[in-house]
Order: sequence, then structure tokens, then C-alpha cells
Amino acid sequence: MIQDITIILDSASRLAAPLLFVALGELVAERAGTLNISVEAMMLGSAFGGALGSSVTGSPVLGLLIGMAVGLAVAVMQALLSHRFTINQFVVGLALNILVLGATSFLLASIDMIPLQFGTWSVPVLAEIPLVGQALFEQKPPFFLLYALVPLIWWVLWRSRWGLEIRAAGEDPDSSTVTGIPVNRRRRQAIYLCGVLAGLGGAYLSVGVIGAFTPNMTAGRGFIAIAAVIFGGWTLRGTVLGCLLFAWADALRLALPAIGVTITPQVLISAPYLLALLAMLLFARGKRQPAALGRTFAPGG
Amino acid sequence: MKPTPADRDTAPQQEPLVDPAGSASRVPLRDRLLFPVLLLVSIGVALLIASLFLEFTGSSTGTVFSAMIRGSVGSASSLVTTVNHMIPLLIVAVGACIAGRAGLINIGLEGQLAFGAMLGAAVGLALPAPGYVAIPVILAASLIGGAIWAAVAAAFKYGRGISEVITTLLLNFVAFEIISFAVNRSWLLQESPGEAAYVALNPQSDRLPDAAQMPFLASGEGFRLQFGIVIAILVAVGAAFAIARLRWGFRLRMFGFNPRAASRFGVRPWVIGGSALLFSGAMAGLAGGVLLSGHVMRIRTGFANNYGWEGLLVGLVAGFRPLYAIPVAFLYGALRAGGGVLAATGVDQALVGIVQALIVIAVTVPSLYMLYRSRQRQARAIRERA
Repeated sequence: MIQDITIILDSASRLAAPLLFVALGELVAERAGTLNISVEAMMLGSAFGGALGSSVTGSPVLGLLIGMAVGLAVAVMQALLSHRFTINQFVVGLALNILVLGATSFLLASIDMIPLQFGTWSVPVLAEIPLVGQALFEQKPPFFLLYALVPLIWWVLWRSRWGLEIRAAGEDPDSSTVTGIPVNRRRRQAIYLCGVLAGLGGAYLSVGVIGAFTPNMTAGRGFIAIAAVIFGGWTLRGTVLGCLLFAWADALRLALPAIGVTITPQVLISAPYLLALLAMLLFARGKRQPAALGRTFAPGG
Repeated sequence: MKPTPADRDTAPQQEPLVDPAGSASRVPLRDRLLFPVLLLVSIGVALLIASLFLEFTGSSTGTVFSAMIRGSVGSASSLVTTVNHMIPLLIVAVGACIAGRAGLINIGLEGQLAFGAMLGAAVGLALPAPGYVAIPVILAASLIGGAIWAAVAAAFKYGRGISEVITTLLLNFVAFEIISFAVNRSWLLQESPGEAAYVALNPQSDRLPDAAQMPFLASGEGFRLQFGIVIAILVAVGAAFAIARLRWGFRLRMFGFNPRAASRFGVRPWVIGGSALLFSGAMAGLAGGVLLSGHVMRIRTGFANNYGWEGLLVGLVAGFRPLYAIPVAFLYGALRAGGGVLAATGVDQALVGIVQALIVIAVTVPSLYMLYRSRQRQARAIRERA
């Protein structure tokens, strides 16, 4: 029993890590007012970039960095089209999702590659803790970035000047402009950050967790990250909790048949979306989305 | 509109405030000519990028593009394939137009299409009836199914003020899992074991009775033109008429332009917005029904096959105008049909996705650039007057 739980927790935290990277990025983008559905594209593109990069350079670390660069490249397209040319952000996101899905599948069919994988790091002593030790301290190296990233994102969003401007741009772009905040520039910057983080998550999936790239390998994980941000009520704590919960549901789905327990898999697969919808229903009005979420801002337009 | 006292105080009598120096209505000739040129250049750039992909991976652009053209419009049978692909795209696009005109973004069309088709299949399997009863009933059930799934989002929006973008997006995935649940349960829609002559790739339902298949408009050597195209064109024309001529359509447009002003004029947001979402979902569901009764004949996981997402793109490219959606849907249908023959040239079918997405961006950028120019012009006019 204890061993089962250890294994499930370990698998949950392996599944949670890519989600967390992506959701942290998405949280920043949504706080700035962009419901960035192209995270799916960022994640898929960077998973491909990571796999290809590691295969070409022979180093998983360089692969990870190349993956992040691909995430950033998708972010630049999204940001320029939706917050400089003010094309509707969902149009751009949808087009980018289809574009990246097509481009990665197409390139995969025409390029031979042998992606590499990170080795596992284990923190001495801490990894010996029963139940959670393995899940928290015996993982692929990029996993440990999360311990720094989560507080960093908190500090950036809620304690820095830049973060204040980001949140203002997402809440009330008109007043922000009057105060002298360059709304669309802040939104673009938030998307760039989101691209880098989603890139980290995507590349972690291919170079860290799986060690291969398959067509459409993210399979909607970007949307699960969006659901986590919504579930978390656009707070950092809630977003992290959402990612852990959804990863846990996913790990359960994979582990339960082996243990001999049956829960309908469809319930567990749709759990993130159902829980996000439920959370939206239960929130008090004030805890809901950033007021200008998803609205294009065209100054003087 | 009568000038308010405030207007009379600030503006001279001859110059209305709404139109600074009349510049917005008087678009310079150069700009009017610029637009089609830009559009062509932009589409050219998109195709150039796609061909770069091809050259980069060692295929010949000429061979691939000519194969795609042959496979989509090159012969009578390929033209029919294109039109058959166009049917669901056009019906979904009409749904996207209705929501879009009301200023709502329904990105749940893919899920609504699948949910509608599931209901249509359930009704069709339970109802052993001759075709002239079964087919309309299946289509109606699909339409209602799509509307039901959109109604969930409408209830969230007008009951609790939750953005339809979020709910329609999330509901897609819930719909897929409901279908997966249904086709994996023997007491729901799972295929009965006796009938399976082969092992299906995806879990699926039983085949609908033959009577439930829509007749073909025309058939010949290697092609069968589906009846759905008549439904699709009728739906597009009907929606265009409703939006342009009916009182409902006028309110819809007014609500889309400025919801606050519209509610001052007595438009109730939940009536117009809610009905827009419902009709939009109903169209997606109808597309599912036409697909089901046209040739798929069963519900399965992955039934929607991206028709919902691509139909939304068609609506967007058409600027949410149902009649413009007809040629755009034809173009996207041609891309799908052309993609079908790509395998023969040894190029991965994913190329189609690249071209589709690039065209969306290519078509949107020029019109935004024109908007940008007209804003600049207005700003300049205001500056000159000041």
C-alpha cells in the first residue's frame, strides 16, 4: 500500500512539473489580460524543439534551452499579432495552435532524430523521506527549478513594480494608460515570459519525462494548464494547487488499473475541466477573472 | 440623431462631431487599391513560407502544390471531394458568424458539433423508421444537442457572468469525454460485439440503419456529391438574411457593436446573447448531424475531426459574414481534399495544417493594417484641426 502511494505520488509529481511550468507562465499572461490559448502551441513547439535540439547538439541542457527559444518564438508571434496589430487574440491563438501542430508533425515526418533524456538527480537524505521523498527530491534536474520559480513568480507578480503594472494592464487598461503604463507593451512582455516558461514545460516533457517526441505529444496539456489557472482563481497558490490536483488525477488514472481499482477513466480525464468550471461557479464575484481578460486593447481606438 | 445641448455648445453647426473632417468615410483611392494588393501579397507570403517548409525538408514545391490542386479542383471527382469537405466547415462557420456578430467568441464549436452528433446517433439508433422520418429527426436531434451544449455556456455567462470564451473552451473537452464514456459502455452507445467485422481504431457506436443515410445529390465514377451541401448553402443564406433583415439580426448586430448602447435601446443581453450562443451551437450540432447522416454513420471518439476548429477559422476569415463564408469554406475544403492526396507524393499531410493556419494570419493582417491606417488618418485629421 505504502509503496503504491509512493509510486503514485512520484508519477504525479513527474506529470505535475511540465504543467506547473506552463501554468506559471499562463498565470502571468492572464493577469496581464491575455487568455493565451497558444500555450498549447508554445508547449508543443518547445517539446519538438527540445527533442530536436538535444538530438542535434547531443546535450539535453542545450535541448532544453532550444525548446525555450522555440516557446519564445511562438510567444513573439502571438504577442506581435495580438498586441501590436491588435488581431483578436483567440484568432491568433487558434491559428498558432494549428500552425505548430502542423509544423511539428510535418517536420517530424521529414527529420530523423534521436532525442536525449536527462538523468535523474537525487537529493541525499531528503530523497529517503517515506512517501513524498522520491516525489519531491528524486527527479530530473529541471524539476528542481520549480522550487525557485514559484516564489520568484510570486515576487515578480505581487511585489515588483513590473508585476503591479502587469496586473493593472489586465484589470483596467484604460486607467493604466492614463497612469502612464504602456499596456500593450506590458502584455507583450507577459506573453514573452509565458512563452519561455511554457517552453521550459514543453521541453521538459520531451527531454525530461519522456525522452522522445511524438506528433501532438502535449495532447491538450496546455489547455489543462489554462484550466489550472482558472481553477486557481488567478492566484498563484490556487494555480499550483490546481496543477498538483490535475496531475494527481492523471497519475491515478494511469496507476489504478494496476492496483485493481476501477474508476471511470473519462471522469478522471475530464476532471480538470469539470473542476475548473465548478470553481468558476463557486467563486465570489470579486475572485473571478482579471476584468479585462481576453479583451483587445487599442488605445484611442 | 438630434444633437444634444452639449454637442451644440462645443461643435460648430455644420460639423458633426462623430466624423472628424469626414475622413473616415472618405477613404483615399490609394488605400482602397492597396487592400487587394496587400491581401494577395500576404497570401503569397503565406504560400512562400509553406514552400520553404517543403524545400527545407527536401520535397519539390511544384510537385506538391500541383498534386494538391489536382486533388482538390483538378477533376470532377476531386471537386466533389472538396465540396463534401466544405459542407460541415460551412455550417460550423455560419454558427461562428452568428456568435461573432453578437460580439461573442464561441470556441466550443468542436465540442458542440460532437455532442450534437452523439445525440443524433443515439436517436437514430433508437428509432427504426423510414428515411423520410429518420433523417430529419436525426438532424433535429443533432441541432438540439449542439444547442444544449452551447446553452450550458450561455447559462454560465448570463447566470453567473463567466466569460463564454473560458466555458466554451473547457466544455469541448468535457464533451469529448462524455462521448468516450458513451461509446465505451455497452448499456449506452458501445458497438455491439456481434457486428464488428473488424477491430475499430477508435471505440465507436453501431452503424446507423441504412435508411438514415441522406441521399446523394449526384454520383458517378469515384464520387458521390452529398446532399448536405444544399443544407449548408440554405443555412448560410438564411443566416445572412436573418442577420441583415430581421429585427433579431439588427439587435444582434447592435449588441455586437456596443452592448451597453444596445441595452439602453431595450435589447436584453441574455435574450440576444443567449440566443446567439444557442443558434451558434445549434449550427455546430447540425454540422455534426449532417456529417453523421451524410457518410460517417456512427459516433466515435475523434468524430469531430477538427471540423469545429476549422469552421471557426472559416468564420473568422470571412469576417463573420455567412455569405463570405461560402467561398472561404470552399477554400478550406479544397485544402482538406488536396491534403488527402499528399500521401501519394510522400509528403506528410500535416502540411495542410501549416497552410491553413498561415492563410488565416495572411487574410487577417491586411485588414488590420487598413484599420491602423484609417486610425492614423483620423488622428492626423484631428491634429490638423486642433
